[in-house]
Amino acid sequence: MNETVYVIAFYILAAIVLFSAIGVVVLKNIVHSALLLALTFVGVAGIYVLLNADYLAAVQVMVYAGAIAILIAFGVMLTRRPNMKESNPFNSSAVVGFVVAAGLFGTMAWAILTTTFPLGLTAPTDEISVRGVAKLLLEDYTVSFEAAALLLTVAMAGAIIIAKGAKKA
Amino acid sequence: MAFAQFSLENAWLIPLLPFVAFLLIVSFFRNMEKTASTTAIISSVISFALALGVVAAVLQRPELIEEPLVYSMRWFSMPGLEVSMGVLIDSVTAMMLFVVTLVATMVMIYSTGYMKGDPGYSRFFAYLCLFAASMLGLVISTNLLQMFVFWELVGLCSYLLIGFYYFKDSAKEAAKKAFITTRIGDFGLLIGILLIQVNFGTLEFVELAEMMPAFALAHPFLVTLMGILVFVGPIGKSGQFPLHVWLPDAMEGPSPVSALIHAATMVVAGVYLVARAFTLFQFSPEAMMVIAYIGGFTALFAAAIAITQREMKRILAYSTVSQLGYMMLALGVGSLSASMFHLMTHAFFKALMFLAAGSALHAIHGRTDIFQMGGLYKKMPWTAGFMVIGLLAIAGIPPFAGFWSKDEIVLAAQLGGYTDLYYVAKITAFMTAFYMSRMVFVAFFGKENPENHPHESPINMLAPMGVLAFLAIFGGLVGAPWVEKGFSYWVRYGEYVPHQADLMTMASSVLIAGAGIALAWVIYGAKWIDASMLAEKASFLHKLSYNKFYIDEIYQWMNEKIVAGTSRVLYWIDLRVVDGAVDGSAKLTGWLGDKLRLSQTGQLQHYAMIFFAAVVLLVAIMGMMGAETAMALIGGGK
Amino acid sequence: MTIGLTHFLVLGAALFCLGLFCALSKRNLIAILMGIELMLNAVNVNLIAFNKFVAPGSFEGQVFSIFIIAVAAAEVAVGLALVISIYRDRTTSSAEELNWLKL
Repeated sequence: MNETVYVIAFYILAAIVLFSAIGVVVLKNIVHSALLLALTFVGVAGIYVLLNADYLAAVQVMVYAGAIAILIAFGVMLTRRPNMKESNPFNSSAVVGFVVAAGLFGTMAWAILTTTFPLGLTAPTDEISVRGVAKLLLEDYTVSFEAAALLLTVAMAGAIIIAKGAKKA
Repeated sequence: MAFAQFSLENAWLIPLLPFVAFLLIVSFFRNMEKTASTTAIISSVISFALALGVVAAVLQRPELIEEPLVYSMRWFSMPGLEVSMGVLIDSVTAMMLFVVTLVATMVMIYSTGYMKGDPGYSRFFAYLCLFAASMLGLVISTNLLQMFVFWELVGLCSYLLIGFYYFKDSAKEAAKKAFITTRIGDFGLLIGILLIQVNFGTLEFVELAEMMPAFALAHPFLVTLMGILVFVGPIGKSGQFPLHVWLPDAMEGPSPVSALIHAATMVVAGVYLVARAFTLFQFSPEAMMVIAYIGGFTALFAAAIAITQREMKRILAYSTVSQLGYMMLALGVGSLSASMFHLMTHAFFKALMFLAAGSALHAIHGRTDIFQMGGLYKKMPWTAGFMVIGLLAIAGIPPFAGFWSKDEIVLAAQLGGYTDLYYVAKITAFMTAFYMSRMVFVAFFGKENPENHPHESPINMLAPMGVLAFLAIFGGLVGAPWVEKGFSYWVRYGEYVPHQADLMTMASSVLIAGAGIALAWVIYGAKWIDASMLAEKASFLHKLSYNKFYIDEIYQWMNEKIVAGTSRVLYWIDLRVVDGAVDGSAKLTGWLGDKLRLSQTGQLQHYAMIFFAAVVLLVAIMGMMGAETAMALIGGGK
Repeated sequence: MTIGLTHFLVLGAALFCLGLFCALSKRNLIAILMGIELMLNAVNVNLIAFNKFVAPGSFEGQVFSIFIIAVAAAEVAVGLALVISIYRDRTTSSAEELNWLKL
């Protein structure tokens, strides 16, 4: 890939991600926030592509931009309130929250910028990422993989039971 | 003599057996009276046999007199303190083992008759076994701390047995009094032990004996202080003035207990302790003098009280206090042999007298006033006979045991240059003969009280008394001055100094004892002089003596004025200062909590905010300090 | 000018802090969930960036991301179920009114 294209692509995607994330936080209508959240997820998927994780990008689009965004939209609808324009307000301690978040960003940025990371500890391979991930998942991490599957099943059942409300015994 | 050797090497079995018996009785035989008493007696008979073996072994090996046989194992240790537990055998130990196991066995056999039908029969034997185990453990102790542990254990047994009839208020009170009073003494003893530990770094008797001469030269004052502090323990335990008040009250316990604990064994533990730590006292003339004069004063003082008492066991108790004073006096004037000799003979005849008293009281169902007894000898010839033997022994009529041992003490006082104590001993001897004869004449010979229906005691009570009576008659002969290598050769401290029989002293002793008995006969036997008239004439003295010199009242008064006054002050301090501080800190905590509570808003977002803010702060601090310092601070790193 | 590991890490940090800000200072429970999703995404960006730049020959970072995505899916499902349950019970989806932790 051309270097310049790569740089431009990164900045565009980063801008999409950050601005839509800011929109998620700042917008007063929760429906808008939810839509921008989906946009953020798509932007992050683009970042994954830049990082040679094309399989992950696909997963990201399907799971986040598809499933989770829709789930959240359902959540918004099921907890509707009369005035949707004021449905996503800040709370009373927003300023403090901002200071804390900004402080955290400051420390993290400082840490990242002052650290020298060891780069390229292993030689790159030509293997495509789907194959590599599949090998790892189904060989080395089989048990974890099954556990994650179990977790999802349990979470689904649990979510249904909680949302439905248990019958009074 | 394989058995003697075996006993010598396994002397630890002697206290262990009664302890095992105690455990067995407590765990399994609580409701099996016959089994309980049989177990107790078997265990103490075996102990007695082993004790005899030890005596035989010591008699074969005269070197044990100077060099005690010690074997011990480490009990616990920490820097600067190494404490072992073990067995120390020398001639004094052997003699004590013999006396304790003998009297314990006799008392147990006697108790099968005396305690018959008592609801606490098994419990009684359990306590007796525990006591025997503790007392024997005390006797074989190799160091002061081990001895202190057993010392407290015998105190506990004494408490349990005095309060044996715990449903009686007087018994409860007496048990408490005995325990608390002796505890006062034990406190001094404990401080003394600590002082010794701090200065010598060891509590072993053998090591102390080696280190003492050099130390005493360097610190004469410290040695005196240690000696007197250690002696405070025996003052409490052996009923010396001014802590003697508990012993007469201790007669609330059953009579066999009085015989075993409060006449023959436990109360002489104090004397034994002084004898064991004799090296300590030997280097402090001041401490020796304190012991001698306290002993002498106690002997005289208790005898003066005993003259007017009316309860049989109380008379015996004051006599015990007086005789213990004798033993202390002997130690104080420097004669270990005389003291130990008197300890042994006293154990024989005083145990005998207590058992005889118990037999009499048993027969007339606890009528304790001797003036309500009268003429018991007709119905109880054996008991009366034994009592007379005891009387002759304690009064010091040859060849009875007390004669020899008392003469040794008197001689020791004379040789030690204590002329005043010599006269004190003589006067006490006269008084002893007098009040003992008074008791015997009034209780056993005077006019019969028709309300009493006495009967002779069964054989299992008479037989032990017979054994003790035999020893009370002939036991003293081992220390007679004519016997070569007699008692004072075997039981001694330092060089053996053989001395000739002092016929003058002997004659005067016999005369004095005879005079005492005769005077008692004149007043109480033949009634040529009216006793109550005498009491009226010397009413002040009589009252003083009858009320035990008001010592109890003085303590009562001191308790009310000083202790209660101090406690009022302390109560105020407690209420205002201590409680104030406590309440204040509670209020402060409450106030702080009230304020801090506000930080708990119940808002999850606030908690998360604090969490992340803390993360930021910590990272910032660690970044400023540098990673190395930060890791060191939280205890991580390599 | 090349885009290196640092760029991606700073992007991840920024995304994480935005998510945190959202989670800390929004009143609506669903908005808080959204913030948490943003934070999880930021973590994934970090993992994959490290995978690419530090250990390009392996796929461990991507596998981790997959697990995180799975857990995030479970989390959001259960979280939304809870929100709905609370809403039905209290007719509110405001975090400030959920202060039962306080006595």
